[in-house]
Amino acid sequence: MEEKNKKGIGYLLLYITLPVIILIVWEGFNQAGELKPYTMPSLAKLFETTVEYANNGQLFENISVSVLLVLEGFFLALATALIIGMLVSLFPKFDIFTDLVIQILKPIPPIAWIPLAILWFGIGQESKIFIIFIGAVFPIFLNTVDGVKTIDKKYFELAKVYEIPRSQLIKNIVIPGALPSIMTGIRVGLGNAWVSVVAAEMIGATKGVGYMLSNGRSLSRPDIVILGMLLVGIFGKIMDDILKFLRRKVITWL
Amino acid sequence: MAVNNIVEIKHLTKIFDDGKNNVKALEDIELEISEGSFTSIIGGSGCGKSTMLRIIGGLENNYQGDVIVNGEKVNSPSREKGFIFQDHRLLPWLTVKENIRFSLPKEQKKNDELIKKYLALVGLSEFENALPKQLSGGMAQRVAIARALANKPKILLLDEPFGALDAITKVNLQEELLKIWQKEKITMIIVTHDIDEAVYLGENVVVMTPRPGRIKQIYKTDLGTPRLRTGVQFTKARDEIYKEFFKEAEVPFSYNI
Ligand SMILES: Nc1ncnc2c1ncn2[C@@H]1O[C@H](COP(=O)(O)OP(=O)(O)OP(=O)(O)O)[C@@H](O)[C@H]1O
Ligand SMILES: [Mg+2]
Repeated sequence: MEEKNKKGIGYLLLYITLPVIILIVWEGFNQAGELKPYTMPSLAKLFETTVEYANNGQLFENISVSVLLVLEGFFLALATALIIGMLVSLFPKFDIFTDLVIQILKPIPPIAWIPLAILWFGIGQESKIFIIFIGAVFPIFLNTVDGVKTIDKKYFELAKVYEIPRSQLIKNIVIPGALPSIMTGIRVGLGNAWVSVVAAEMIGATKGVGYMLSNGRSLSRPDIVILGMLLVGIFGKIMDDILKFLRRKVITWL
Repeated sequence: MAVNNIVEIKHLTKIFDDGKNNVKALEDIELEISEGSFTSIIGGSGCGKSTMLRIIGGLENNYQGDVIVNGEKVNSPSREKGFIFQDHRLLPWLTVKENIRFSLPKEQKKNDELIKKYLALVGLSEFENALPKQLSGGMAQRVAIARALANKPKILLLDEPFGALDAITKVNLQEELLKIWQKEKITMIIVTHDIDEAVYLGENVVVMTPRPGRIKQIYKTDLGTPRLRTGVQFTKARDEIYKEFFKEAEVPFSYNI
């Protein structure tokens, strides 16, 4: 799947065909006079708004607010998920101890936490970081546990033959063995974090890409809404690309 | 107990019991293996060869009877009892060199000379920095052998180590293993399906029969070293064992998949 033919003009052409078609159809509707400014902007209007937002600094400000929140919530989730995931994997008693609570919390979507988060933390940064944390922590945790669980038992047998101490076992078998799965969890977790920030900012915020969406709607400015959506999409893709790149750098043995 | 027996097995019975089924994998095994010897264990699928080897290696517990290796009752694995599995079992994320280092005792972890010495012994010096995925099956199995030897085992247990390799690689590795055996003077026990391999490598060939796993016969091959694969003695020893088997196989076949 990732082995797309990265070279060649044919690849590039195929890669951009669909976006070009979408733009052409969009402009076609505009030329035909089908677009109303309060439901769907023309491409020109969208471009104009983008330039305006870029020049007055709102573009940068909204993105940086959201990205910063995502990073804070995500790294908090990463640390928590790795620690609890390892504890659950290594200590069966801890697994039993925590299992029921985790199983019940897991199906609750991050947006369902928004009301409680606002009651607890208000509509400031903390409540958003909390929502992002909830969104990211479960996939990373579950993939960590699963990654350790699916390590081939034969490696543990090998470790017994060579009388490998527990610390070495964790460093040289448990962590690298679980790493591919952990990386998958991180990708899903970061994706969820990004979705969560948008949801949280749409409900109560004065900045951020989620705020652009809700603000655009209340102003009946679809151009602002679509610009916000595109930012969410583009930054989501960039983050995912960075993680794919990291995965390739870190996991060299597969 | 005779002084020069490195392995002494008396009345060994092993039953696998998972609550629902119980399988008698081994019944009343008696076996003595003298220090420095090369023993082959051969028998059809499911006759308990691996189980016996794993018990000697301390990888399988809860057996009845006595299994004494190097003067001690066996109940756990150790570096002294090197074990080569059918799969090479190299850690895919460590280079060849680091795989060997990983296996070494604490005081030897920094001993690059030791690692290099055993890689040279199996002819893989240039591959010390390769990852397992870059090695062929035969090369990977040689690294596994180097890894076991670097830990200076008293006895080396090999469970169908060449089972997954092509015929030519297999013969080459058999030769290498014999050379290592002569050079390092380690007691070796190899489990195999392959009669030629059993006869060529083993001074003693232990023939096992299934359901329940028992030792049927122990042959002395007396091929001497260096051995010949084409000599009269080899052929004679092999024929005897073939007969042993094909008497056995007249019993209607049941396929174990
Ligand atoms: N962990 C286990 N649990 C239950 N039964 C087992 C277990 N290991 C082996 N057995 C059973 O014990 C018997 C002997 O198995 P073993 O693996 O020792 O045979 P083997 O001679 O090595 O066969 P093969 O040549 O196919 O490797 C078989 O009937 C097998 O089903
Ligand atoms: Mg076996």
